[in-house]
Amino acid sequence: MAGSAPLDPSSPAASEDDRRLVEALRAGDEGAFTELLERYHTALVRLAMIYVADRAVAEEVAQETWLGVLQGIDRFEGRASLKTWIFHILLNCARTRRHREARSIPFSAFWNPASEPDEPAVEPERFLPGDHPTWPHHWNAFPEPWSGLEDRLVARETYTYIRQVIEALPLHQREVITLRDIEGWTPSEVCAALGVSEANQRVLLHRARSRVRRALEQYLREQ
Amino acid sequence: MMDDEQELTCQELVELVTEYLEGTLSPEDRVRFEAHLVTCPGCRTYLEQMRQTIELLGRITEEMIPERAKAELLHAFRTWKRG
Repeated sequence: MAGSAPLDPSSPAASEDDRRLVEALRAGDEGAFTELLERYHTALVRLAMIYVADRAVAEEVAQETWLGVLQGIDRFEGRASLKTWIFHILLNCARTRRHREARSIPFSAFWNPASEPDEPAVEPERFLPGDHPTWPHHWNAFPEPWSGLEDRLVARETYTYIRQVIEALPLHQREVITLRDIEGWTPSEVCAALGVSEANQRVLLHRARSRVRRALEQYLREQ
Repeated sequence: MMDDEQELTCQELVELVTEYLEGTLSPEDRVRFEAHLVTCPGCRTYLEQMRQTIELLGRITEEMIPERAKAELLHAFRTWKRG
């Protein structure tokens, strides 16, 4: 297609697979577009849900993203991977939508763990006090192994519960845990998409996972 | 980061679990982390629960794109192609 940006061959982000898909898309290949839809659409909707809450609006945001992909594909230079680029468009669309709905959007890039209260992974009362003669700061009582977890987890309610726990997380924790643990992104993909440092990404992931573990422990105890 | 002489406490270990799983602990801290695990069943259980939590999160979702959304987007694609 005339006027298309060349893919930078030296860029490690542009894989063979990306190159094939971008060239096919530019040539108007419907199969390539279908392949991308099947690969990423539901993930786009799930990610949009972080920002807009309503599923129908999230679908709209995902559709808007695909239109952005088509409009921008000629300018895609392969400096990021195709996946990162697509999700970057989604984040822009979703955040714009959220903004339009008059909710404030602090970006993760400005998130600073030092400005937030400490958040212990486990409730401090689960440990012996610091002046304990033999075992300071050791478990007061050991956590109970989650036996028979497999059987309980096939239950749909457990997944519904986990979703609710995630929805209740602070925004940035939710962004990171969704991308890392639900969507299976690598740390560098998450940092690139959210504009957050590796170290802050890890702090957010740690807090989010710790909260989910705590919630799960409580849930399994109550069952 | 931590005093080499001192053993890790359980309360310290739970804060290092993510760095341990991410492989970002220093070699010294990794040794202390693993040494603690050998003697502490509570922390072994805790680490296992974190692994189970992560595995569970990874299984939350295996959805397909709804046919209607797909049809609408392919329609948009054909319009784009013509334009």
